[in-house]
This record gives sequence, structure tokens and C-alpha cells, in this order.
Amino acid sequence: MNTAAIEERETYLNAGYGLKSWLLTKDHKRIAILYLITVTFFFFIGGIFASLIRIELLTPQGDLVSSDTYNKLFTMHGITMIFFFLIPSIPATLGNFFLPMMIGARDLAFPRINLLSWYLLVIGGLFAIFAMLAGGVDTGWTFYTPYSTTYSNTWVIATAIGIFVSGFSSILTGLNFIVTVHRMRAPGMTWFRMPLFVWSQYATAIIQVLGTPVIAVTLLLVFCERAFHIGIFDPALGGDPVLFQHMFWFYSHPAVYIMVLPGMGVVSELISVYSRKPVFGYHFVAFSSIAIAVIGFLVWGHHLFVSTQSVYAGLVFSFLSYCVAIPSAVKVFNWTATLYKGSISFATPMLYAFGFIGLFTIGGLTGLFVASLGFDVHVTDTYFVIAHFHYVMVGGTIMAYMGGLHYWWPKMTGRLYPEGWAKLSAAIIFVGFNLTFFPQFILGYLGMPRRYHFYPPEFQVLHVLSTAGASVLAVGYLLPAIYLFWSLRYGEVAGANPWGATGLEWKTQSPPPVHNFDEIPVVTHEAYDYSTVVGEVIEVG
Amino acid sequence: MNEHVDSVKTYTVVWLILLALTAITTTVAYVDLGAFSVVVALLIAAIKMLLVALFFMHMRYSTKLTRLAAAGAFLWLFIMMAFTLADVWTRGLVGTLGR
Amino acid sequence: MADQAHAQVETLALREQFDTPEQQKETSTLGMWIFLITEVMFFGGLFLVYTIYRNVYPTVFGRASTSLNATIGAVNTAVLLCSSFTMVLAVRSAQLGKRKALVIFLILTMLLGLMFLGVKAYEWNEKFVEHHVPGTHFHFEGVAEQGPAQLFFSLYFAMTGLHALHMVVGVGILSWLLYHAVRGRFTAEYMTPVDIAGLYWHFVDIIWIFLFPLLYLIDRHMNLP
Repeated sequence: MNTAAIEERETYLNAGYGLKSWLLTKDHKRIAILYLITVTFFFFIGGIFASLIRIELLTPQGDLVSSDTYNKLFTMHGITMIFFFLIPSIPATLGNFFLPMMIGARDLAFPRINLLSWYLLVIGGLFAIFAMLAGGVDTGWTFYTPYSTTYSNTWVIATAIGIFVSGFSSILTGLNFIVTVHRMRAPGMTWFRMPLFVWSQYATAIIQVLGTPVIAVTLLLVFCERAFHIGIFDPALGGDPVLFQHMFWFYSHPAVYIMVLPGMGVVSELISVYSRKPVFGYHFVAFSSIAIAVIGFLVWGHHLFVSTQSVYAGLVFSFLSYCVAIPSAVKVFNWTATLYKGSISFATPMLYAFGFIGLFTIGGLTGLFVASLGFDVHVTDTYFVIAHFHYVMVGGTIMAYMGGLHYWWPKMTGRLYPEGWAKLSAAIIFVGFNLTFFPQFILGYLGMPRRYHFYPPEFQVLHVLSTAGASVLAVGYLLPAIYLFWSLRYGEVAGANPWGATGLEWKTQSPPPVHNFDEIPVVTHEAYDYSTVVGEVIEVG
Repeated sequence: MNEHVDSVKTYTVVWLILLALTAITTTVAYVDLGAFSVVVALLIAAIKMLLVALFFMHMRYSTKLTRLAAAGAFLWLFIMMAFTLADVWTRGLVGTLGR
Repeated sequence: MADQAHAQVETLALREQFDTPEQQKETSTLGMWIFLITEVMFFGGLFLVYTIYRNVYPTVFGRASTSLNATIGAVNTAVLLCSSFTMVLAVRSAQLGKRKALVIFLILTMLLGLMFLGVKAYEWNEKFVEHHVPGTHFHFEGVAEQGPAQLFFSLYFAMTGLHALHMVVGVGILSWLLYHAVRGRFTAEYMTPVDIAGLYWHFVDIIWIFLFPLLYLIDRHMNLP
């Protein structure tokens, strides 16, 4: 297939040019690209804050920035990465693009609400950026009261509004996905023929819909307390600051599953394609996504173990936190079993999938450590916790996101990425990541507190290792930004199914036409039925 | 659903019951029922909610999915309240963790 | 070409992502119900705060609640219930393709909604005059613990305020419906916007059905003058 053929064919990319055709689009694929650009932008903003943090921590003295500025750095790093990158990342880019195609639909149920979701993310982001430029916010991404409501002199309200608005972006995406999966499946696409990526997005959507409104109303109360002195959490009035923490974490714990479940869905797809085998125990993996979504709502008190929450409540939350690990473990076991007697390919997406499985396992196991009451008393608010959540969020979610991005890149753009550079970047990311965050487990266990920018000199070696790792990691993330962009023009042209994958998205052109399919398919095969793609030429890896 | 058009009479009866329940809940508030006052008030409110949902929101004719979704919302609200209350009610009984 | 196989003309009742008007209607209805779930959790956060603080400060909450005018509250509740009645009649009129009736019932619903908001504004003004608005000038007679009393009124304003905001949005939606109803845009085949707007209106009513006893009727029997 030559380049000229692509330009002649009408795809979603060339059906209409100009800013208006993009900013007023109803096409879920174009909206996905808009999101891709937006979340990538916020990823790099968050990365800049991370770099400043790591540079500051090279020396035991707090000498690069003042303590107040440092408070702003880690706050804004957290807010940007969580609310404006991780939460929208996989659902709004890969989910938006591929969920309708995977179930054989022409678009999501509510295309205009989908576009509204993107605008809400952008508007929320603008509020947050305004706050950052105007002087920043220093409460920690957790906004604990009464500091955030009464004592902080920074741009709390603007940031809260930004998160509030972006929360509605998330809610509407979740709503759209739930309704789409229920009502827009192609003939023959039963629930148990859907790809596991769709199951994971569905479970994620349930969390988005049930959890996000709670943080919205919580931030609204913080806003009211700051603006109108309606002191709901004010101890001077008999209010309970810990109540804020309950409400905040009621959403923010399930939020981590919003961040990781889509990644798990991607990994299911990757493991299957690159072993050319159906995922082992499809039903178990599908139900485990729902189980994580449900049980994930029952564990939030593990963030409040040392907050004066009652010990009895702590016991219950601790027990349930152990329970939530079980469905995650089910997935890891099933992915591993899928590999057995598979025809393994080490293409870049598979490297990221392997990275996910290993790093998420470490992160998840350390989650069990902190779920234990006794251990948590020792390591809470230390670098141990930071290492734990970066292992699952970065070693987990971001790895899966990179894997999915590479896997679906040919479909989205009609171009192959350069495999050599991609493999190199994956290796650099893996090394850089571990060098950055493994020392932090040790630091935390030794007592290095989080959110401090000065520390005892004996911790310096580990901090230097961590910062070195961060530099490597930064290179690892910059390379794909460059070569993926490069591939848009100079990458090898991709066919409809370069990986020989099953799944409806691979049955249409790369890039897809505006309406996804020339004819709506009638589904007769189970998911991951590789007998349907026998003879497909695998172009890469 | 276009197929299910309820009669004006049905709606009127439901409306009148709702008004009656409002009057009842207001007057009962002045009667000393001790701890049961709040139970009665919530019970009456729940009945009014069900009437509005079933008849005015056509939940009688809706899909099982819709009813499951609505029930799920209340279950989640209950979870949020129950676990938070579990903390508030048992604080300080066995000391505080970490101290 | 891809688009030619997909030649159906997009109409209001059958947008291009759907196969049949029934699918579109069912999907829109499900969408509104899911949205209402998010609203349950949104208001739910405030109900949670209420539950906790009423539990911790039952006496003060009782006294503060009794200071609200239960008669006005009950009358306002009745007004809202009447608006739900007129709303469902509006939906019914749309189902039967009766344009004039639809317009009349929409107008009545809006008027009742505005009446509710007017009464609410009057009540809020009363609170302002009595110094029950949280802030520096707050003072509640009859209890030693001013803090918890302020908590009650913070909740009162937050919950009725959020509810009132939803009512205002509701009236806005009704005016949009009215505008299109007058122009004959809704028929028996296509009245989904009226249907789902009705769901929203009834939901906001249900919130008030709980707000009224929880805010106005706490332990009245214990605090008779």
C-alpha cells in the first residue's frame, strides 16, 4: 500500500479540515485525539514539577526553593498528574477511540456530550493552570482541612474549581461509556464476547459515575468554607476535619482504580495478541474488573488509619483492603497463564505489558504492606507510600498507557512507529522508573517523610539515585513523544491489521473511516478467536 | 414509553396521596415518638419518593437495568454513610492508632 | 464509500449513531437515569455531613430545626409536589401529541417552580434578618453551643441552596422545552426531551421530599414553645 492511497481514502482524519471541524466534531475518534493532545500537555507540565522536586531533593538542605514553594511543587505535581493526566488518560483517549469500535458501534451513545466532556477537561485545566501561574496552591493534592479551608493563603478556590469542572468531564465520560455498552453493541456482540478492554472501561465508568460526584460536593464545601465562611469542617465550630478526609477519600481511593483498571484492560489485550492466545479465564478476568470497582469503594478508610479514625473502623477497612487485592491477583495469574504455550512476540507493546505485570505486582504487594495497620503506622506519610503508589500508577498505568498507545498507533494514525527506537525507549523507561522509585521504598522504611525538602544527610545517597533515575525516566518519556510525532509523516504505512489481532477495530481500515465500519458487523465469534485471523501477515515485531 | 400512557385519574390519585403524606409528616412531627420520630419521617419520605419514582417517573414501566441503577445509587449512599458512621460511633473506644 | 452505505438521514428522532428511534429513546432515558445516579451521590455527600453532625449534636440540631417555619416548609413542599403533578401531565400531553396541553402544563410547572423559589428567597431573607446566616454576625438564641448551631445553618443553606440551584436549572430547561413546544417540535413520536426533563424535575422534587423533614421537622415535639 503506498502513501498516495491513504491520502485518497476518506478517513476520520481528512474528512474535513480546519479548526472548526475539530473543535465542533462529534466523532469519538477526533475527540480521542483532542484528548490525547490535552493529556500529553498536562503530562509534561506534571513532569516539569516532578523534575523540580527531584532536583531539589539532590541535596539534604532545602536550598533550591523555599519550603512554601516546595509545598506548591508537590501539590501541583499531584494535581496535574492525577486529575488532568491519569484519570482521563486511557479512558478518554484509547477508550473514546476504541470502545465504540470494539463493540461494533458507529459512535458513542451521546457524541455531543463526549465533546462537552473534552471541553470541561480543558476548562478545568485552564482554572488549574491559572492557579499555578497566579501563585500556586500548597495544600497537597489532598486538600486536608482546616489548612485548605482556613489557613492556606494560596489559590485553593481556583484549583478546586478546576478539579470540580474536570470531575464533570470524568462523570460524563463514564455515563457515556455505560450507556454505550448497554445499548449500542452490534448484533451478536454479547457481553461475554466483548474484549476485556471494554469490560475494564465499563467497570471504570461505574466508579466514575458513583464516586466523582462525592469529591465534587466535597470541593464545593471547601469552596463555601473559604468564600462564605460556611464552616462545615471547622473544628472551632464543632466541625470534624476528619469528615473531610472521609469524603475526600471516598472518591479518591476508587479514583486509583479509575486510573489502573483501564490499564489492566489494555494489558489483557496486549497479552492476548502477543501470545496469539485467548486470555486465560476470560470470565474471571471480566468479573474481576467489576469486583475491583465494587470492593474498591469499601476501603477508603485505609488512608485514615492515623487520622484519629477509630481502630475498629480501621480493622474493617484493613480487612477489606486485603480483599481488594484478590481480583487484581486473579488478573495477574490469568495473564501469566495466557502466556503458557503461547507464541510470544516481544514487540514494544508486549514489553510494556510485561513491565506492567512486574511493576504492578510490586506496587500491589506493597499496597498490602500499607494496608496492614501496624506497618502503616510506621510508614504512613513516608516515601514508602510514595514509592507504592508510583509503582502502581507509573509502573502500572503509564506503562499500560504507553503499551496501548503503541499497539493502537497504527490503527489511529495509519502509520507504524519505529520499532527500534520504541524498544529502546521502553527499556530506558523501565530502568529509569526502577532507579527512581525503588530507592524510595528504602527511604520510606528508613523514615524519610514525604512532602519534606530537607532531610538528614544519611538519606542523600538514595535521593541522588532516585533523581538520577528520574533523569533517565525523563529521557525515556521524551523519546516516544519525538518518534511518535515523527511517525505521523515518515512512519511506514500500516495495513488494517498489522498485529494479526482479533477484535472489530482491526477489521476496518487504518485510519478508520468516519463511520468506523462500511457495514455494521454481525458478530459470530468469541473474543480472542485467533482462528479468524489465520493467514494475516504480521507486519511488525 | 409511548405505549404506557397513564390516565389523568392515576396521576391525580398519586398527587393527592403525596399531599396527604406531606400533611401527615408535618403533624406527626409534633407528636412525641421519641427515637421513632426520625424513623417515621424517613419512612414517609421514602414512600413519597417511591410514589414519585414509580408513577411520575414511570419506573413501573422501566427496564430492570434502570431499577438496578437506581437501587445501586441508594446502596452506594448507604455504604458511604454506614462506614463513616462506623468510624464516628466507635472513635476513642480502644485508644487511637499510633499514639 | 463509507458514507453511502450509511445513507439514513439524520432526524431529531433518529440520530446517526442509532439504528432505530426506539433505541435512541431507550438510550436517552438510560442516560438521564445514570445522570440522576450521579446527582444522588452529589447531594448524598451533603446528606452524609448532615447525618454525622445530627448524630453528634442532636439537641442543638433539634432547637435549630424548630426555629424554621414548618408551615411555610410544608406549603412549599406541597407547591413542589403540585409542580411534579403538572410536569407529569405535561409529559402525558406530549405522549398524546397534544401541543396546547403540553404548553399549558409546562407553563404551570414553571410558575409553581418559580413560586417555590420565591418562598425560598423569603425564608432565606428571614434567616438573614434573624442573624442565622453563618458567618461573623451569626447568633442563635437558646443554645450555649453556637458552633454546632452554625453547623446546622451551614447545612441548611448548603442543602437548600444546592437544591435551589437545581430548581433554577430546571426552570431554565423548562423554558427551553416551552420554546420548542410552542413551535410544535414535539410529537407523539418524538417527545424524549420532555420525558427526560420530567425525570430531572421529579428527581429534584424527591430531594426536597427528604430535605423537608430532615431540616424542618427535627424533634419538634421536644421544642414546643
